[in-house]
Amino acid sequence: VRSPDQLELTEDELKKEITRTLTADNPHIPQGIVRFSFKEGAYQLVDDIDQTAIHFTLNGYLVPKDSDEGRRQSIRSSTESGRFIEEEAQTAEAAEEAETAEAEEVEEPLPTKAPEKKLANQFNFIERGSTTHHNPLRVRCPDKSCLCLSQWFIYDAYMEELERIEKAKEKEKAKPVVIKKEDKATGRKLSYHVDTLSKVAKAAKIAERMVNLNTFDDIAQDFKYFEDASDEFRGQEGTLLPLWKFQYEKTKKLAVTAISWNPKYKDLFAVGYGSYDFMKQGYGMLLLYTLKNPSFPEYSFTSESGVMCLDFHSDHPNLLAVGFYDGNVAIYNLKKASSQPSYKSSAKSGKHTEPVWQVKWQKDDMDNNSNFFSVSSDGRIVSWTLVKNELVHMDVIKLSADGTTMQGPEGLQLQTFGSGTSFDFHKKIDYLFLVGTEEGKIYKCSKNYSSQFLDVFEAHHMAVDSISWNPFHLKVFISCSSDWTVKIWDHTIKTPMFVYDLGTAVGDVAWSPYSSTVFAAVTIDGQAHVFDLNVNKLEPLCTQLVVTRKQNKTTHIQFNPVYPIIIVGDEQGLIVCLKLSPNLRKMPKEKKGQEAKKGPEVEIAKLEKLLSLVREPGSKDEK
Amino acid sequence: MEETEEEKKDEADYKRLHSFPLIRHSDMPEEMRVETMELCVTACEKHATNNESAAKMIKETMDKKFGSSWHVVIGEGFGFEITHEVKNLLYMFFGGSLAVCVWKCS
Repeated sequence: VRSPDQLELTEDELKKEITRTLTADNPHIPQGIVRFSFKEGAYQLVDDIDQTAIHFTLNGYLVPKDSDEGRRQSIRSSTESGRFIEEEAQTAEAAEEAETAEAEEVEEPLPTKAPEKKLANQFNFIERGSTTHHNPLRVRCPDKSCLCLSQWFIYDAYMEELERIEKAKEKEKAKPVVIKKEDKATGRKLSYHVDTLSKVAKAAKIAERMVNLNTFDDIAQDFKYFEDASDEFRGQEGTLLPLWKFQYEKTKKLAVTAISWNPKYKDLFAVGYGSYDFMKQGYGMLLLYTLKNPSFPEYSFTSESGVMCLDFHSDHPNLLAVGFYDGNVAIYNLKKASSQPSYKSSAKSGKHTEPVWQVKWQKDDMDNNSNFFSVSSDGRIVSWTLVKNELVHMDVIKLSADGTTMQGPEGLQLQTFGSGTSFDFHKKIDYLFLVGTEEGKIYKCSKNYSSQFLDVFEAHHMAVDSISWNPFHLKVFISCSSDWTVKIWDHTIKTPMFVYDLGTAVGDVAWSPYSSTVFAAVTIDGQAHVFDLNVNKLEPLCTQLVVTRKQNKTTHIQFNPVYPIIIVGDEQGLIVCLKLSPNLRKMPKEKKGQEAKKGPEVEIAKLEKLLSLVREPGSKDEK
Repeated sequence: MEETEEEKKDEADYKRLHSFPLIRHSDMPEEMRVETMELCVTACEKHATNNESAAKMIKETMDKKFGSSWHVVIGEGFGFEITHEVKNLLYMFFGGSLAVCVWKCS
């Protein structure tokens, strides 16, 4: 294909090399342009010709901030969305420090504008950025306990860990086991509770006493300080001031059958509970009260059979001999926490076959074994000796009725036994003792003769309820009976020295510990009678109702060995403590010129004087 | 003889009893700690005779899983003082005689 205007060249022309060079010069610009120079006054060639050719132009939409247009725009946009920019600027401040710096610069040409109107940047857009969290570095040894690792350290660490694991295992094992135990054996659980209780027992006891001290403060004041001033105007008579009442929930239906003061602790006394009613025999209780806590017994023991009598050992105030309705005797040791007696007789070891009416501790025998006597309705008087851990019994005497009864057997061979109801041992003569019986006789016996009596007193017409030697005068004893009488005897004389008819059955009689001539008796109509032979030989100085309800029989009375108080027990299980008014414990007045003597001699003389008065008319009567 | 036998027995007992991994100190999160511990156990068991390769394996795996740069020390006795990133440290015993310390510091 060839164009019509194509040059036709010869071969030589075709072979000829033509050199062409490309330059940046504009080929369309005419060469050799001259201009007239007025300075030179001649035409000159222009060297500097613009070679630039512009083929395409386009205006951009970006407006510089500094330009008028930019300012106008920025003012407009700041009024429209000024707040937005502001907020953005604040939140993203940290991330775009550079931009804000720029914005601040932009502000400078706008001094008229309020300074708070920050402009984001020159081009009116905001770039956001954030950095990810970077963990701070820390220089430390991971294991402070060992800066230098070694084999033994690793070993120790393992051992420790193993130990810990084992302990944890044991704990896990122990837990279910404990639960099982509690489920299966409630008894064990109980004992655990008791253990925890016993820890606070002492504190609780002290607190209880303190509370009682507060509650019964007025009574305590009376006990200590009150002396009935009206006694001065009453002449010889006296009164009994009721102090504390001792009552226990479980003994409300039981009768007080015995009371005994502790020989060592003067505020402690033991009370036996049972029943005198043959038809209503049940359980018995033994309570120990202290005057410091009238609201609750210090010790309490429950027995299957009713308690009939009790006695404290004089040398071992923790030993308490008890006789039961079923004929058993027992010894309670207060030091031991058990609720059962330390020693108890049984059918095998010669217990009584009928109720035991009285027990009395004796002096230790030749082998230094503690021993006590008991008397029962079965007519036996038994000596019990504590040998190691058993009670050894020995019959001292049998109260055989024949030979002692004055009626004599009329052909009939009656195998009858006298039934003892009470006894008392002579204070000085060891072997001598007196036994009161149901038939009303009083036997004077000796431990040395088991078959016969030293003497017999035709004392009462009914059962002798209580018998007691005078604490001062060695010859004198007192007895009381259901035949309404209280009698005072000289054991060498067969007839009573004094006889008092109290109008109803007498339950108990007791000599006072402070005077040879004072004694007190309780009758079953609920009255207490206090006598002082020195003041009035015929009448009681005081006769006072001591029970709260009528029909309530008083059963027993005891003087406190130190304080001028008596305690009286009744059939409803209530114990009342009463204070003797001054008239009831009056000492003989001083005679002219004579010193007021004190001591047992004076007391003996006092009683002897009274007895001598009685003896002569008494002996006359006999004649 | 008896004594040596007993000693051997004791040693066997000890090895048996102490084969479990015992973390001595760690500030890692629970998940990470467990993972790292398992990794260490695997590595130590795999390269029981070559602590160097065990350490290398742990380091490389940790770098992959939790980002670089991890450091691992394995040995039976050494003292050390290190700088580490918080929440990126594990120090444990293993097999009764080995201690492994893994930490990150970039």
